[in-house]
Amino acid sequence: MPLLELENVTASYGAVKALHDISLNVAEGSVVAMLGANGAGKTTTLRAISGTVKVVGSIRFDDRPITGLAPEEVARRGIAHVPEGRGILAQMTVLENLQMGACLRRDRAGIKADLDRIFGYFPWMSGRTGSTAALLSGGEQQMLALARALMMKPRLLLLDEPSLGLAPTVVRSIFDIIARINREEGVTILLVEQNAKLALRAAKHAYVLEVGEIAVSGSGQELVRNESVRKSYLGY
Amino acid sequence: MATELFLAASFQGLIQQLVFGIATGGLFASLALALVLIYRAMETLNFAQGEMATFTTFIAFTLLTSLHLPYWLVFPVTVALAIVLGVLVERVIIRPVERAPVLTLVLVTIGLFGIFNGLMGIIWGYVVRPFPSPLPTTPILLGGVGISYQDVGLIAVSTVVLVLVWLFFTRTRVGLMMRASALYPEVSRLLGVRVGWMLALGWGLAAGVGAVSGMLVAPIEVLDPNMMQSILLYAFTAAVLGGLDSPVGAVVGGLAVGVILALVGTYIPGAGELRVAFGFLVIILVLVFKPGGFFGRVQVERV
Repeated sequence: MPLLELENVTASYGAVKALHDISLNVAEGSVVAMLGANGAGKTTTLRAISGTVKVVGSIRFDDRPITGLAPEEVARRGIAHVPEGRGILAQMTVLENLQMGACLRRDRAGIKADLDRIFGYFPWMSGRTGSTAALLSGGEQQMLALARALMMKPRLLLLDEPSLGLAPTVVRSIFDIIARINREEGVTILLVEQNAKLALRAAKHAYVLEVGEIAVSGSGQELVRNESVRKSYLGY
Repeated sequence: MATELFLAASFQGLIQQLVFGIATGGLFASLALALVLIYRAMETLNFAQGEMATFTTFIAFTLLTSLHLPYWLVFPVTVALAIVLGVLVERVIIRPVERAPVLTLVLVTIGLFGIFNGLMGIIWGYVVRPFPSPLPTTPILLGGVGISYQDVGLIAVSTVVLVLVWLFFTRTRVGLMMRASALYPEVSRLLGVRVGWMLALGWGLAAGVGAVSGMLVAPIEVLDPNMMQSILLYAFTAAVLGGLDSPVGAVVGGLAVGVILALVGTYIPGAGELRVAFGFLVIILVLVFKPGGFFGRVQVERV
């Protein structure tokens, strides 16, 4: 039984169809990647799951339908969506951003423990809790977005292009942490990424989207060996 | 000798006017804060803020005079009722037009203004009524300066209200959620915040703060359905002066408007009659020369 199951999901922005009949599965505990060019529908797929775009079809999470639920209700079921552009609360402090991640939780002790654990992943953060989030670097903002999502104690993490606009070394450390989060916290991850090499290394399973449809799917290894994927997305 | 006496008298007069100005300024500040709370959440001005305040003051009046409840019970009960009223107004009347253009929202609040004013006319009539005050009318003498208990009470109550609102927004979980919802509604929803309810709570809080200012005004003026209208104008002035999206600005702006009005009214002959015009003048000057107000939000963003 997959944790997340999309069946024949179609989404449109006004008259423009952005997704045609997408079906995909995310197994509990896995990292699944979605690849594809700009405009292929990767972001829309994540938005369909988190309820920020209207969809037709069936989306099931933990064996219960979540199709058509408002974003706040989807979040309350345990899906944390780190949106395109990170969605930092720019005028608030680092600590307030983290507190907002935990804003629905009442277990003070648990929140405190999670904060400490998160400072373990991102040691720089503990010294800068009072900084305004807008003043962080792009990489730090991406880490803050990840950390805030973790404060929600999600079962499923939706990540939209965590590497976007970041220096390669920063990207590497962020992907290391994503892998650790999956391993150590047991959080299932659905990852959208333009950087196919990175994504395929991180993911157990991957889907390739082309103009709103799933073109290829398979394990990371299989896709690396797939010739058309290699030519189009890996560039060799 | 005569000049010395005159100087002393005018100095005492100045102090008295300053205290009076700060007291009325606190009043403008709390109503301005109510306006800012709603402006931050939906970028519209609530033209009915003053009428809602008067409406709840009438409720307090009924509780005091018909049910003969003690003042110190009526005060918190009225604030609580005002919060409920604010939440209801948002859920029932504002919610359906939440996503409408700003002009629609403004028109709806002007409609609300008419509804509340008319309701008060139907229920309580347009006769002016004296509103009881818990404070004595004798002045306190401090070093030769006479200060009224009313002014001191005004300053004390508005200070408490402003501090409570500040603590609520900076120290509580719900306050944090409300701030985030106002600034970043989409992201807040992704974090599980029911933004619609935060908006309703914002209306409730604004109505509660408004109720306090209504109950503070009523003993100074007289209670009638139009009581808050001129005060709303000064609250607008204060909010624009401080920056419509800045709670701190609302408070500073309110105090500034209060003090300036008191001084202008005393020291410029004939200016007392032009107080309302002065309010508009300040609004126009600020909008022309400093459209964001003095404490308006400065966007800090890194791309």
